[in-house]
Amino acid sequence: MNDTVLQPDKKSYGARFAALALVLIFVFFVSFMLGRYPVNPADLVKILLSHLISEASRILPDALRDAFLNTFIIERTWESAAETVTLNVRLPRIAAAAGIGAALSAAGAAYQGMFRNPLVSPDILGASSGAGFGAAFGILARFGYLGISVSAFLFGIGAVLTAYAISGRSRRMSSILAMVLTGMMISSLFSAATSFIKLIADTDEILPVITYWLMGSLASIRNSDIFFAGIPIAAGLIILWLLRWRINLLTVGDEEAKSMGVDIVRLRTVVILCATLLTAASVSVSGMIGWVGLVIPHCCRMIFGHDYNRLMPASMMFGAAFLIVVDDAARLISASEVPIGILTAFVGAPVFVYLILSRGSENAY
Amino acid sequence: MHINVHGLSFSYGTRRVLHDVSFSAAPGELVSVLGPNGAGKSTMFRCIMGFLKAGEGQILIDGADINSIGRRALAERMAYVPQTATPVFNHTVLETVLMGLSGHIGFGRAPKAAHAAAALETLDNLGIAHLKDRGCMEISGGERQLAFLARALVQNARILIMDEPTANLDYGRQHSALERARALAASGYTIVTSTHNPEHAFLYATKVLALYGSRIVADGKPSEVLTEELIEKLYGIGVRLHDVPSNDGSKTVRICLPGGATAYNGVRGA
Repeated sequence: MNDTVLQPDKKSYGARFAALALVLIFVFFVSFMLGRYPVNPADLVKILLSHLISEASRILPDALRDAFLNTFIIERTWESAAETVTLNVRLPRIAAAAGIGAALSAAGAAYQGMFRNPLVSPDILGASSGAGFGAAFGILARFGYLGISVSAFLFGIGAVLTAYAISGRSRRMSSILAMVLTGMMISSLFSAATSFIKLIADTDEILPVITYWLMGSLASIRNSDIFFAGIPIAAGLIILWLLRWRINLLTVGDEEAKSMGVDIVRLRTVVILCATLLTAASVSVSGMIGWVGLVIPHCCRMIFGHDYNRLMPASMMFGAAFLIVVDDAARLISASEVPIGILTAFVGAPVFVYLILSRGSENAY
Repeated sequence: MHINVHGLSFSYGTRRVLHDVSFSAAPGELVSVLGPNGAGKSTMFRCIMGFLKAGEGQILIDGADINSIGRRALAERMAYVPQTATPVFNHTVLETVLMGLSGHIGFGRAPKAAHAAAALETLDNLGIAHLKDRGCMEISGGERQLAFLARALVQNARILIMDEPTANLDYGRQHSALERARALAASGYTIVTSTHNPEHAFLYATKVLALYGSRIVADGKPSEVLTEELIEKLYGIGVRLHDVPSNDGSKTVRICLPGGATAYNGVRGA
């Protein structure tokens, strides 16, 4: 039993956040150097900086651009292959892993608080299974690369909106219970529909693509995905970060929150919307990546306590670092890519068992 | 602040739970609501808090209908202390109390030092400042009750609605919780609470409200309206009331013993 967990008054959360930030920065940069083509650290820093400068100069007015570029001159001492590998292969992948890890963890943490249940994961309202169906449908209909992502995203959002609308019509039970039940119903409906698509799909061409897509992978991430999924993910993360303290008010129960003057319906609607945007956008470019949204907030509660003021930012940072590391493993373990959805379960399940067994009964849940 | 309930009725579907309920409570009063399980006590509280929308009737706070007062403004007038249940998440006592200040902490904000100072002062007044960093799952039911009370008090509302504040508490904590409620009422709070124990009403309440069959069947001073007949009617069990001297001998207090006329007659007959 960890004494620091039992004596929260001795915690110094600032130092823990600093440590987590350092870990995140470390894994972010080290990941650029991992892989078959070696990139040395000096070149890496120069490549990233010069890319940043040229991107930044684009938003400046013409008059200032030359002056700006002349101020920051970085001599091109690296090979062009290093630049290609860094900017076109590794950057989108690492950025996607970071963004999706943060998104799934934040969505999981938000849903857990809202449903007052620490065992809830981001697919509770059907966002993942809806997106999975959307992707399978897109692959079957040969929508093309971007079309599949758009279809997955829209079906993910649509699944949750349907569950939310149906549960809102229920007058007979608590809104939380109604939402969980309609979410389960929508999820199983879309899972069945996905199975049906797999059944009728061409077994040589289409079925393997659907199956591989559903396993979850960042191998095929392109720069276009970063922009497509990046906007909803950034929006969701920023709003959940702004609402981080208020999410606490969802954890105490509707009536208690109302008695404290909270507009619980509005707050819950915004949180559902953000968590759904995050989940659907993530799944639409990466496929199904399980466990992250369940395990990461759980780990963060042990380190940062249960207050969402700390839990939400910690989950985002921890989730980003975690998925970068797992994705590194996914591309390095063997010559052929291992789907990251498989690895997160291989890593997540033992971690979860460890957490359950290593915690005292009353401090855990 | 005064609370006035006029002709309040409420139904779940076709089942009428509250029928023409009227009463009032003023600053300094501790109103104790008695009634058997299912009489509508909790429903009445939930209507007063605005969790349920009353079918008919009005609930007025200093003359203003609660439906005309915004939710946040209502929270500044009236606070709610729920029954002590074990929370799902292990927020510390201080984090729990800070939630009571949500009206002062806007979108995108987190509690500041001034908020924490206000919360700590409230904890200190209740004598539980030492618990501030303990998780709410790790403290006893009585301590958690005090934490919820602190969360309600920090709202700075002058009306406190407490739903069975003594449920789940041991004998000693029941009485210290009620003593606390009485002291708050004496300092100018308006308190409406519910209890299952008639003796609690005799010892602490300034006014008793008896709910039976969805109606109010008694409203007045405990010593005047809470009779053997009423208690038998409410709870279906014969009781005898006795006046005994209080511990310091300064006054008499009324106690309630179960086993009414029928039971004693049986004993006498034997």
